[in-house]
Amino acid sequence: MTTVVLEKIWKEYGDQIVLENIDITIESGSFVALVGPSGCGKTTLLKMLLGEERPTNGQILLDGIPLKAEPDWDRGVVFQRYSVFPHLTVLGNVLVGREFEQSRFWGRLFGAKRKAAIEDARALLKSVGLSDHENKYPAALSGGMQQRLALAQALMRKPKVLLLDEPFGALDPGIRAEVHALMNELWVEQGITVVMVTHDLSEAFRLGTRVIALERRRNRPEEKERYGATIAHDIPVWPPKKQKKLNGSGAAIEPPALVATDVSAAVH
Amino acid sequence: MRIINRHPSRGLYILLASLPFIALAVAYSIGSYQRLSVNPADKILPSVTQMMAAMNELMFVPDKRTGDYLFWSDTAISLWRLACGMGISIALSLILGVTAGFIPWVRALVKPFVEAFSLIPPITILPILFIMVGLDEASKITLIAVGTAPLMLRAVALAVEEIPREMIVKAQTLGASTWQMITRVVLPQVLPKLIVATRFALIPAWIFLVSAEAIAAVSGLGYRIFLVRRFLSMDVIIPYVLWITLLAWLMDLTLAMLQRRLFPWFQPEQKS
Repeated sequence: MTTVVLEKIWKEYGDQIVLENIDITIESGSFVALVGPSGCGKTTLLKMLLGEERPTNGQILLDGIPLKAEPDWDRGVVFQRYSVFPHLTVLGNVLVGREFEQSRFWGRLFGAKRKAAIEDARALLKSVGLSDHENKYPAALSGGMQQRLALAQALMRKPKVLLLDEPFGALDPGIRAEVHALMNELWVEQGITVVMVTHDLSEAFRLGTRVIALERRRNRPEEKERYGATIAHDIPVWPPKKQKKLNGSGAAIEPPALVATDVSAAVH
Repeated sequence: MRIINRHPSRGLYILLASLPFIALAVAYSIGSYQRLSVNPADKILPSVTQMMAAMNELMFVPDKRTGDYLFWSDTAISLWRLACGMGISIALSLILGVTAGFIPWVRALVKPFVEAFSLIPPITILPILFIMVGLDEASKITLIAVGTAPLMLRAVALAVEEIPREMIVKAQTLGASTWQMITRVVLPQVLPKLIVATRFALIPAWIFLVSAEAIAAVSGLGYRIFLVRRFLSMDVIIPYVLWITLLAWLMDLTLAMLQRRLFPWFQPEQKS
């Protein structure tokens, strides 16, 4: 039950205005795709949602409360690269979120807690099709597998919003289609709210429930610096996609549960 | 075919690699033979037999004054000094290097000072150390630490800064505190690079060890070399230099092996 509200967001770097007057309300359980030409500030917008950057003006509310000004567990993220830890195995990468949560000093779990965590991690690994690889290091995985691992890792911490920064941009077309199917599956099964930045329009429409296009209204060289990008189009995607755990009002009933679905079987 | 695209076979590689060593040994033997056949009392290029006799004395005959087997006691004390100095450097570079690389406040506090400090030629500090901490072990160990710590500290801090920003953000979105990030994300990724830094730092460490021992000591490999120099005892100096080289090589080999064993996920880009 998470709504994200962006209220009159402006972002300036010195004299340069990057974004102006961004007003978006993201309902719980929606999948928002942010598109736009490169340099239009869509990644800047995502960084503000992450808490890595602050808006010059305006505010972002998460469930009505102003966003913490640094990245934290309530916003999960998958980047295009460097999203997983190279020194941890596949299983270790998924476990680490739970270990951060439950073991403040050691950052490691033992005994029954560890067993429970491993069980949950294995269920997630199964749902992203990485069950057979849990003892490998990320360097031994393909790009697509690394991104699937990054998704499982982010979902393990049960974030309120999942932010994706061109997560599938570096993948080969065939692999990308496979990961798209998986992403859709995860969104349907786990009842999460997603904001994804992409420059791939077909990806935006395939995965999103709503596509928001950012654009500079004035792009002449002498005006460029003084006018930032703003929302040019806000398109609900047809036909509407439905999540599994939605009640009548369109809000998720319960926090996302771990559903073990072997997606790799569904894909092939 | 261009020569840059032609690679020697394995056997040829070994042959080529051993060629300079063989050439040096042969050149020495010829020179030594010629000098000794003219003057059997010549001390400049002793024969292998002469070197073995001299080393036999140092290795297996107890010293008349102290009762020590000098070669082994020299080796032990030198390695002890080296280990203490490097130990201090490693501890400093881990604690200060990691925090300076990770926490902006500590970086502001530590980095400019270390950069200024690392410009001091360490050997010029030696007289200061002799005056302040005396001529015993502390001054030699401190010299090794002073000579290697800034180098290693900067390498560790750089390794921390090289961790992709995305990974640190990711750790935060998984709810990690600064302490958890240091212990679970930063340290594990820095340790293999610390071993690389240690391998590089061992080179200056040996230089400072031998220098300190040469200037003021009553034991140690460097002390012995500079002591027997007065008698032109090349039959001791040459084996000692070879021994130090062997020790340095073994240490490097051990560290390289340790790095591969402990950190299987870490593949450095460097070539052998």
